[in-house]
Amino acid sequence: MAILTDVSIQNRRPLTGWGRTNATVAEVLEVPNHEVAAAVKEAGPRGALVRGLGRSYGDAAQNAGGLVIRLLGSAHQAVLDPSTATVTVPAGVNLDELLRVLVPRGFFVPVTPGTRFVTIGGAIASDIHGKNHHVEGSFGNHVRALTLLLADGSTMVISPQQHPELFWATIGGMGLTGVILDATVGLLRIETSRMSVDTTRIPDLDALFAAMSEGDDDFRYSVAWIDPQAKGRHLGRSVLGRGDHARLDQLGPKELLSPLEYGPKQLASVPPLVPPMGVINHATVAAFNEVWYRKAPLRREGELKGIAGFFHPLDMVSKWNRVYGSSGMVQYQFVVPFGEEEAMRTVIERLSVSGAASFLAVLKRFGAGNDSPLSFPAPGWTLALDVPGSTRGLADLLHGLDRLVLDAGGRHYFAKDGRTTAAAIRQGYPRLEEWKAVRDSVDPEHVWQSDLSRRLGLTD
Amino acid sequence: MDNALGEPQTILLLGGTSDIGLAIVRELLSPGARTVVLACRNVEKGELAAAGLRHSGLSVDVVHFNGSDTASHEQLMADVVSKHGDIDLAILAFALLGDGAVTSKDVQAASEIAHVNFTGTVSATIAVANRMRGQGHGAIVMLSSVAGERVRAANPVYGGTKAGIDGFAQGLGDALAADGVHMMVVRPGFVHSAMTQGLKASPFSSTPEQVAAVTAKGLRSGRRTVWAPGILRYVFSTLRHVPGPVWRRLPLG
Repeated sequence: MAILTDVSIQNRRPLTGWGRTNATVAEVLEVPNHEVAAAVKEAGPRGALVRGLGRSYGDAAQNAGGLVIRLLGSAHQAVLDPSTATVTVPAGVNLDELLRVLVPRGFFVPVTPGTRFVTIGGAIASDIHGKNHHVEGSFGNHVRALTLLLADGSTMVISPQQHPELFWATIGGMGLTGVILDATVGLLRIETSRMSVDTTRIPDLDALFAAMSEGDDDFRYSVAWIDPQAKGRHLGRSVLGRGDHARLDQLGPKELLSPLEYGPKQLASVPPLVPPMGVINHATVAAFNEVWYRKAPLRREGELKGIAGFFHPLDMVSKWNRVYGSSGMVQYQFVVPFGEEEAMRTVIERLSVSGAASFLAVLKRFGAGNDSPLSFPAPGWTLALDVPGSTRGLADLLHGLDRLVLDAGGRHYFAKDGRTTAAAIRQGYPRLEEWKAVRDSVDPEHVWQSDLSRRLGLTD
Repeated sequence: MDNALGEPQTILLLGGTSDIGLAIVRELLSPGARTVVLACRNVEKGELAAAGLRHSGLSVDVVHFNGSDTASHEQLMADVVSKHGDIDLAILAFALLGDGAVTSKDVQAASEIAHVNFTGTVSATIAVANRMRGQGHGAIVMLSSVAGERVRAANPVYGGTKAGIDGFAQGLGDALAADGVHMMVVRPGFVHSAMTQGLKASPFSSTPEQVAAVTAKGLRSGRRTVWAPGILRYVFSTLRHVPGPVWRRLPLG
């Protein structure tokens, strides 16, 4: 395998997550699926990991001093079975490519996060969720089967029926059980590529809890954008957006000419040379949040929107993470169970008075979790927000929030995390030891490693 | 691993009883920190320092380390890594000061200091760097001195070794950058510590805590050189160019 070694030397380079913090150096190899086993054999004591598009915010897709594999694959290799509404697709394909193939044929991915630039493999490894979690669960719920390359070089097809323990350890397993090579995923049938959206301005947090608890179940998709800088009686003021895929009878005559048209474009890119301090500060963000809240309608029903505008607004600006400058950003996402609304309120209160210049935070009501020991979603409320890495006192602020979240019986999301502790993960994921036992049964030598796994004690 | 906020989980202090080194460790401890290893010649004194750091959730290990025994350095690093995993941050803080009046005349005393301060530091740093290259990440803090910029007549041997490791650290730091390893050189002026007890303080003196604060801030912002206090950067950028006859007459302690 001399060729692989030559390539790997040339490809030793620093990697970060989407938050652009804490770069570490690894050998990066891009290989097609059939060469992964050979590449993994070359991995040294620092092991190997697959990296998708690097959209996890922290260190989940880094493997310092080790091997990082990028899977080549194309959406043209996807096999769509219209009769069962499933697609079998290489794991390196991303949702953007896949949607361009699926939507014109009247199908939609079962779950999409706030960006479509995530790979199928990453979606499974992080067990991602979207605006429909309260109805349809996370991505793993819709995986019918997947092919996993194991540490010993063998491959295995696993599903909820075949090797269910390994299947569920792989869902949400952060790539630490093996390499997901391809997956068969259940799809949603859609009549049109438009979304029918109801938007409501909500004045405070109590009203938001009430509106979501009462009304969410009537909608396939629901999420609230909160202004994290609103204080006092405005605490938790937000814009609640809910909707579903529009039916043909909801389209106007113009849209009916091309009911399944889909071709989202990127409008702009943030240049690489933003000022080192970024362009995000308390004043710019407060102004933005104020305008954004004021411009939202008090109430509007049945508005037609495109898929990208509804699900992926930030994808319009590629590399938007650069606006945070050289110190990058930290994303904080956690869930607390129903009944712990006061803990959620306290977290939002502390953030609002902290002076952290957060753009809009996202609040979502989760439905039931699944059988995965490390899957993040659990019944309750989840909040996600970006904070500039340069924020004064950020470490102490977030450590305090960690304790609030854990005391409330909540936990943190691996795909977003870059800074919590092994102890916090042990407490938040009580089935961690069960997951480790399954992992050890297929990877006793811990070939699969990441910066995250070392930091959080998953591969100790 | 360092986390996204640049907080190290595992810190190795070479010169485990150094006042400045311990102050830097205390400054950098966060809820995310898991392990501190104090490597020192005097293990009993190291244990006292360890007792002052330990708390629930933080393990502090004291290991015997002799800066002058360069043959032992690679093995020591291997032991630390096999026991504690990746070293996120190593602080090179061991040195002998010596009495300048003696060491500028005594061959034996001078070469002993030169051996520990320069050869020992180079050896230990390379041993740490070898580990960090393999890790693909890590930071090294090199405690230099303002003498790294210009050595004073009062203690040429100590000052000379600091100037030597200062240059060494800069060069090695450049070599390590591509491997994800960050080197930062710290140049304090006179620091009130056990090492300088009884000596007359020079102008712009500082405390170990002040040096630690400067060090932590420098690490967070990715600096390659920091001065403590910061004004010394400007003082010494002038002093560097002062003609010899004037330099020799300056009241620098």
